[in-house]
Amino acid sequence: MNSEQIPEPISIPEEILQKWEAKGVSRRDFMKFCTAVTATLALPVSFIPQVAAAMDDQRLPVIWVEYQSCSGDSEAFLRANQPTAAEIILDVISLEYAEVVMAAAGHQAEQAKWAAMEKYKGKYLLIVEGSIPTGAGGAYCTVGGESAVDSAKKLIQNAAATITVGTCASFGGIPAAAPNPTGAVSVRELVPGAAIVNLPGCPVNAENLTATIVHFLTFGKLPAVDALGRPKFAYGKRIHDNCERRAHFDAGQYAEDFGDAAQRQGHCLYKLGCKGPETFHNCPTIRYNEGTSWPIMAGHGCIGCSEPGFWDTMTPFYRRLPQVPGFGIEATADKIGLGLVAATAAAFAAHGIASACRKGDAMESDKLKREE
Amino acid sequence: MLEIRYVWEWPVRITHWVNALCVVVLALTGFAIGTPILVAGDGSYVMGWVRFVHYVAAYAFTVSVLARFYWMFAGNHHASWRAFIPWTTAVGRRNFVKMLRYYTFTGKQISYEVGHNPVAALAYAGIFALFVFQIVSGFALYSQYNPGGFMAGLFAPLLNLVGNQWLRLGHHGVMWLLLGFFINHVYSGWLMDVKERNGTMSGIVSGYRFIEPRDL
Repeated sequence: MNSEQIPEPISIPEEILQKWEAKGVSRRDFMKFCTAVTATLALPVSFIPQVAAAMDDQRLPVIWVEYQSCSGDSEAFLRANQPTAAEIILDVISLEYAEVVMAAAGHQAEQAKWAAMEKYKGKYLLIVEGSIPTGAGGAYCTVGGESAVDSAKKLIQNAAATITVGTCASFGGIPAAAPNPTGAVSVRELVPGAAIVNLPGCPVNAENLTATIVHFLTFGKLPAVDALGRPKFAYGKRIHDNCERRAHFDAGQYAEDFGDAAQRQGHCLYKLGCKGPETFHNCPTIRYNEGTSWPIMAGHGCIGCSEPGFWDTMTPFYRRLPQVPGFGIEATADKIGLGLVAATAAAFAAHGIASACRKGDAMESDKLKREE
Repeated sequence: MLEIRYVWEWPVRITHWVNALCVVVLALTGFAIGTPILVAGDGSYVMGWVRFVHYVAAYAFTVSVLARFYWMFAGNHHASWRAFIPWTTAVGRRNFVKMLRYYTFTGKQISYEVGHNPVAALAYAGIFALFVFQIVSGFALYSQYNPGGFMAGLFAPLLNLVGNQWLRLGHHGVMWLLLGFFINHVYSGWLMDVKERNGTMSGIVSGYRFIEPRDL
């Protein structure tokens, strides 16, 4: 590329900035928002004006439902975000139903949900938080007398697109962990083939949810996803490969214990069971809570919360490998393996002694000549 | 009269020793990756090198195992794939029982063979299966460094079906099985070298064994 070349200046039209200023969002905050979201989506800077224009008052109807969840994803979205980002998003969308923030209650709320579904059929964005229990005919989770299975199916089938927030909605999460008493399934398992984008994480990263909504507003469709339905912009790289402690991994510098000198110096947490090498997420680059920090930065290994089978495969959290099924809690793969090898060695040693004492079993024995 | 017979052709011997070397290197480096025992100071690249050696050995091992699979179809009847499934013939079944009885001290007669004895051959079939498992699981885990790449696409169905942590546990566990086999293999070779007196151990170096046709 010619270094003399001056890139096209990127500018957001004056009237858009003034409109946001009138709403109490400073030009600077709005530009920061558009730039950050464009970067999160891994789009070139030339898309910033398009993103800014899409932030026009589209009043995209959004229905946010919760099933087997802890509301952690709602909390993450509402509290962790910069106030302005939440303001901007909540200004652009029309949140028709959301259990955590709505004023309505009881029958009134139920009516609002179904009225919104009917009114915006095929046009609204559905956000699902929590897994859906299929056991006992769906009796483990009912809202307004209707099972989660029934209401989720209806809402998903009538939505323009569905975003699952958190690991429970995306992969079943903790409710679906063995022995899965409620028969919990993910949204994609409940309605295979629907337009669903999975945003796993415990909780979902608010930046990724914001970016996904903005992508939908800007381009009218969901972002490109991988085989597990996760947007590539957010889950396209392994944590380990973008980790700020990675250089210490390669160098052979590891924290051996919590609070030791190596851990305080920022050495790799691999030996403390970090699951960064098996987890795909953009935590190292986006971080949590407005980029303040994230687990590995804070000194705790990744627990792989955004991976399928989280809890069954990522535990024990402070060991690298999962438990060997059928063995006790303290039996690691290495202990079992070492025992196996020792038992083999002992068995063959015994066999060797017994074989050495055997008489008359050798071949060609008749031809054996002694060297005198 | 003892006969000198050329049993193990050069591809069998070379792949055998490349496999042996690779298994040792892969087990040592693999263990050091799972449990980093090598630690170093600032500016070093210990884990980087350990992983590099592991991956280079993995490619060498894969090529060697594939070459051996090719030779199962191109080589002599001792190297053939048929040698690894001894129960397809009546003789094979009889010799299998005979050899098993010898190993368990319930029979006195060794099933004297020019090539593999039937019990060993069956064990090798199992070992080849474990080799394939190690290669597939290893490359599946390796492919995750580049999720959009060709290799990741190839292994994505497996990774999504089994999950990378169970693959990792399996990859780790099979290493221990292979180490157990290593002990078994060296012991059995030694035992047969003593009992058969036909050059079992030197045969895998030179390719020749000394056979008494009357014992067959």
